[in-house]
Amino acid sequence: MGVAVRLSDISKKFGSFWANSNISLAVEEGTIHALVGENGAGKSTLTKIIYGMHQPTSGEMAINGKTVRFTSPREAIKAGIGMVHQHFMLVPELSVTENIILGNEQCGLFWPLPIKKSSALILKDAYTYGLAVDPQALVASISIGEQQRVEILKLLFRHASIMIFDEPTAVLTPAETDRLFATLRSLRDKGKTIILITHKLDEVLAVADTVSVMRKGAIVGTMPAFSATKPELARLMVGRSILLRVTNPPPSPGEIILSINRLGFCRANSEERVHNLSLNIRAGEIYGIAGVEGNGQSELLQVLWGLAPAGTVISGEAMFKGRSLIGKKPADIAFMGVSYIPEDRLHHAVIADYTVSENLLFGRHREHSFHKGIGFNTHALTRYTKAMISDYAIKCSSPAHQPLGTLSGGNQQKVVLARELNRPAISLLILAQPTRGVDIGAIETIHNKIIEARTSGVAILLVSSELEEIIALSTRIGCIYKGSIRHEFTPEEVVLKREAPQEFQKEIGLYIT
Amino acid sequence: MSRKSVRFLIPIISILAAFAVSALIIFMAGRDPVMIFQKMFRGTFGSSYGAGQVVFRMTTLVLAALAVAIPFKVRLFNIGAEGQLQMGAFAAAITGAMLPACVPSSAAIPLCIISAMMAGACWALVAGVLKVRFGVNEVIATIMLNFIAQGITGYLLTYHFALPSTVHTAPITAAAVIPAFDTVTGWFANSPANLSTLLAVGVALFFQVILFQSRFGYEMRAAGLQPEAARYGGINAGMHTLTAMGIGGAAAGLGAANIVLGYKHYYEAGMTGGVGFAGIAVALLAGAHPLWILLSALFFGVLEYGGLTVNAYIPKDIFMIIEAITIILVITFSALGRRLQQQ
Repeated sequence: MGVAVRLSDISKKFGSFWANSNISLAVEEGTIHALVGENGAGKSTLTKIIYGMHQPTSGEMAINGKTVRFTSPREAIKAGIGMVHQHFMLVPELSVTENIILGNEQCGLFWPLPIKKSSALILKDAYTYGLAVDPQALVASISIGEQQRVEILKLLFRHASIMIFDEPTAVLTPAETDRLFATLRSLRDKGKTIILITHKLDEVLAVADTVSVMRKGAIVGTMPAFSATKPELARLMVGRSILLRVTNPPPSPGEIILSINRLGFCRANSEERVHNLSLNIRAGEIYGIAGVEGNGQSELLQVLWGLAPAGTVISGEAMFKGRSLIGKKPADIAFMGVSYIPEDRLHHAVIADYTVSENLLFGRHREHSFHKGIGFNTHALTRYTKAMISDYAIKCSSPAHQPLGTLSGGNQQKVVLARELNRPAISLLILAQPTRGVDIGAIETIHNKIIEARTSGVAILLVSSELEEIIALSTRIGCIYKGSIRHEFTPEEVVLKREAPQEFQKEIGLYIT
Repeated sequence: MSRKSVRFLIPIISILAAFAVSALIIFMAGRDPVMIFQKMFRGTFGSSYGAGQVVFRMTTLVLAALAVAIPFKVRLFNIGAEGQLQMGAFAAAITGAMLPACVPSSAAIPLCIISAMMAGACWALVAGVLKVRFGVNEVIATIMLNFIAQGITGYLLTYHFALPSTVHTAPITAAAVIPAFDTVTGWFANSPANLSTLLAVGVALFFQVILFQSRFGYEMRAAGLQPEAARYGGINAGMHTLTAMGIGGAAAGLGAANIVLGYKHYYEAGMTGGVGFAGIAVALLAGAHPLWILLSALFFGVLEYGGLTVNAYIPKDIFMIIEAITIILVITFSALGRRLQQQ
């Protein structure tokens, strides 16, 4: 077997920042080669170089033994390279077949599309690799897992021999993930070369043949997957040993803080998103909501933070310390002692162009202790900023001038967490996907802070699609499916089952699909 | 290069490049660019009358640009400064003409200014309300409102307020006249430059403080940068849309007061002469930043009046070309600068 992709001393500089430095890598033909690393380690840059989206500052690349220099993805595609992006590149209004042949129609510009012939080819590929899809279906109408299969079929249709997958499991359920891995294996067995980018170490060990670990723009280790262990990979990724599991001391729950009773959420188009959802959260406990995205979690969060769109019909009740949250505005809810960390941090929780300091204030700028005249009390703000930065180990050069957007995902999230956990008189914290897009080093700090808040008596509602996280942190776990809690694990069950997390994940998986 | 220095350099490079291009155009039109620029300079800063003309034009431009810049901070493109100016000018002139002669200046001037600002603000708020309540695109709304403003003022002037056999209203009462610098300090001999300039500079400084120092500005800019996040942070984005449009329109109205109360002393058809549209260009060149708007408006004032002074040699249209090229270059260079910083 030859080498499909050989990189020699590839470096890439953005401004004064080296995203990749002196990377040498050989990806064997017919193998699954995983590229792991924290966010910002340079994985995406490297794959974009291979796919022709970026040009290396220096270094050489050879595809199947031939030295190449791509100036655009078009050339990479011609050379047999394909990429499945994390966010799919599909046109929802077109059918599966139309999407697959897009850009490769094989007919004249004003000729009718060869839909029938293409469909037959697609079905043949689909059969060979076990990628069941309906070629006539509209992309908008099929599931995320199916859309990913369409992306893979697109690469097969273009006869790609080298396939790059960027975080392919981020959007999949556990069952869909297993299915994707079966597909990846069958692609490999038929001679395709696969480059898999991920930060989930379990996946790497499950499916890859070879693993390369990236840190700070460089490759710090390449090894066969069978000889790699999870702690070793994690240590390589962050450069030191870290706890993959947070210490979770026994909780001592107090009075009921949040009580949701038969909650219903009906969109303006009468689509029911939450149905008969009931749960209670006590002071000093973490209630984890496990579930596949799109099963009513977002709508539940909207209700609790007063962000339900106009025209929504909300039924049932959501009581915070005996007062209803329904119909209240975010500012009033915050004032009552509730904090909310939304799932889409960059769009909802921060102003990327504002400085770190201004973001530590965001949403809390109505608190009188920060006021002075018509503006803000610079002294109080500086003192508060300093305290938060040291307490939460936020890495930034000058908090009063640096825009938040220039920080890494983990540090951004620490800013949000610091701000929300320090809200005066906080008694309920609503947390959605607290470690999404956050590197392992920061996850540790964030998890410890969450546990710390719980121990100090804050009631916490945790919504996450990472089952590992739910299991590690929660006192109780509710499995959400189609807008209601389908099953709840008691504190005793959670403590017991936490000892065998893999089995527990599988069990939860049954309740959420 | 740091972010700051790039932001500072881009307008300057653009202006220099625009002058180079226009020198080429003047040369192709058969004139010596050096001579034209010299004459322009003498016509503007070379005489105190010329400088006064520039200052007068700059004043209206500053306020028209602020009318665009403030809504711009909440991601609204106010194309309607022209209509807001017209409404403001008309309101100022009518108020000034209707005030009895016994009202002293200390009351007459504020009354006229307030009515101009109110008229401008109300006109802008129509677009604001349409946007917040019904989601009507503010660009379309303000363009249409420009036509309607023209129609209303035209109708009222012709059928109700014009003095017989003229195209202007009755002059405002003498007490409502904002004095010219010439009469107060002796500067800018006989030119229309008047004390409104101080108001305009004051308003620009005021907006600078409000936008970047106050809690109100903090909320407003957040609502403009990320409306979704603003909603999460408990900020009422709709309210900020309305206030931004309102104070923008009020600034345009104040710009009209400069023309009516400080110079013409009556309203006549077409007196705003597209300065509301020039305001868009001024605001764009300044990156919608209140303090930069002062400089940017000065630059446009020089081009506008300077163009008039050399009209005998080269058509005034050349200077419209320079203005437009500058704007295009600023936008292009800013995009380039961003890309360079990213790479």
